[in-house]
Amino acid sequence: MKSAVAALLSKELALELRTRESVPAMVMFSITTYVLFHFGLDRDTIDGDLASGVLWVTLLFAAMLGINRLFVAEHEQGGFDGFLLAPVDRTAMFVAKAIALFAFLCAVELVAVPAFALLLLGPPLGQALPGLIVVLLAANAGVAVVGTLVAALAIQTRARELMVALLALPLLVPVVLGAARATAPLLHQGGAAALPVDWLGLLALYDLLFALIAYAIFDFLLED
Amino acid sequence: MPDATDPAVSLRGVGRRYGERVVLRDVTLDLAAGQTLVIFGPNGAGKTTLVRMLATLLRAHAGEVRVLGSALPDEGYAVRGRIGFLGHEPLLYRELSGRENLRFHARLHRVAQAAGRVEAVLEAVGMQGRAADPVAELSRGMVQRLAVARAVLHEPELLLLDEPLANLDPAAVALLGPLIGAGGGRTRVLTSHDPAAGLAEADLVLGLKGGRARLLAPAAEVSTDQVAELYA
Repeated sequence: MKSAVAALLSKELALELRTRESVPAMVMFSITTYVLFHFGLDRDTIDGDLASGVLWVTLLFAAMLGINRLFVAEHEQGGFDGFLLAPVDRTAMFVAKAIALFAFLCAVELVAVPAFALLLLGPPLGQALPGLIVVLLAANAGVAVVGTLVAALAIQTRARELMVALLALPLLVPVVLGAARATAPLLHQGGAAALPVDWLGLLALYDLLFALIAYAIFDFLLED
Repeated sequence: MPDATDPAVSLRGVGRRYGERVVLRDVTLDLAAGQTLVIFGPNGAGKTTLVRMLATLLRAHAGEVRVLGSALPDEGYAVRGRIGFLGHEPLLYRELSGRENLRFHARLHRVAQAAGRVEAVLEAVGMQGRAADPVAELSRGMVQRLAVARAVLHEPELLLLDEPLANLDPAAVALLGPLIGAGGGRTRVLTSHDPAAGLAEADLVLGLKGGRARLLAPAAEVSTDQVAELYA
């Protein structure tokens, strides 16, 4: 399965580099939303729970754009058939897509998190950064796994965008909740507190649970 | 366990529906290895559905389908790499070049010495000069040539060709003959709307109309008039 995942992943990254359909849109959305929060909240800076909530809700909605586009090329350009005709494990497509989405989210956050710190965050980002990176990686894994599963389901329907929103947002509540609660202590005005391990554990557990569900059912999503 | 004397394609009472609409019903035939089955029939007769079923892309809702000795869909994994499929869509990513697309498919099919094989098929379809261009910038005929290259890239035993010569000029048709024509010794299933050309290619003829087999006979026993009647 490794070689199929590698082939699919390199194709996925090549397509994104050519078309630039997902990551730039997600970055623009994030920055625009932070600007809107900056003026909408009528506050120069935010910290703690509010900062954490603003950061994660924005990243979640930015992720929705990427989730919506994830299987479009497969659907519109025969990629599903091309893949299904090959003698490879069908789960390879799930793994490659999830890794690609994870990479897209990381790329977005490389710009979006500094933009958030610049536009909204009160306390300096530096002290919180090591812990925040851990939370970002754990949450990205959850969004990637759930998002890939939902995108594969939704692409078969006529109302793709609507289905993604209807399915992904409720399923991602535990991810955003865990990520926001784990991030909040890191963004306190008085200085970053320790990373809450229990919320991080919840995130990791949810990631694992959905990875197992996806592994079990992804084959059936590609079935006729 | 597949037997050497098994037919390459065997259908027993095969049917398929989309929702409530039955598009294929009770099709039964055997196609020996190395032979060519040509399927005729008007639009909506069930030709594409049948070909996609043989390609493991659709499952039968009735009857039994065996391809290269394996029962579908349960044993689909065993035959996928041995089938070359050319459908209505080229199955190529528009933003990637022809060469990138073929290398991608070569990796999926675990083609040995993939780079060399990709260049060989590009040369065979006369596309080496435009192999670096994105597929989106190519004409429909060129895309069809690349689609043929994709279908034969992994040297399949069974070729499933759904109107393979669509969009091709006579020079391209002549160029692709050695790759998908009868001379290759492969088992082939192809659809056609051209009675004379189709009969010239066929060992066995299947005529579909309204999802039913109206004509099933060795090509030598079928006239162009009989084929034309399917379209009446």
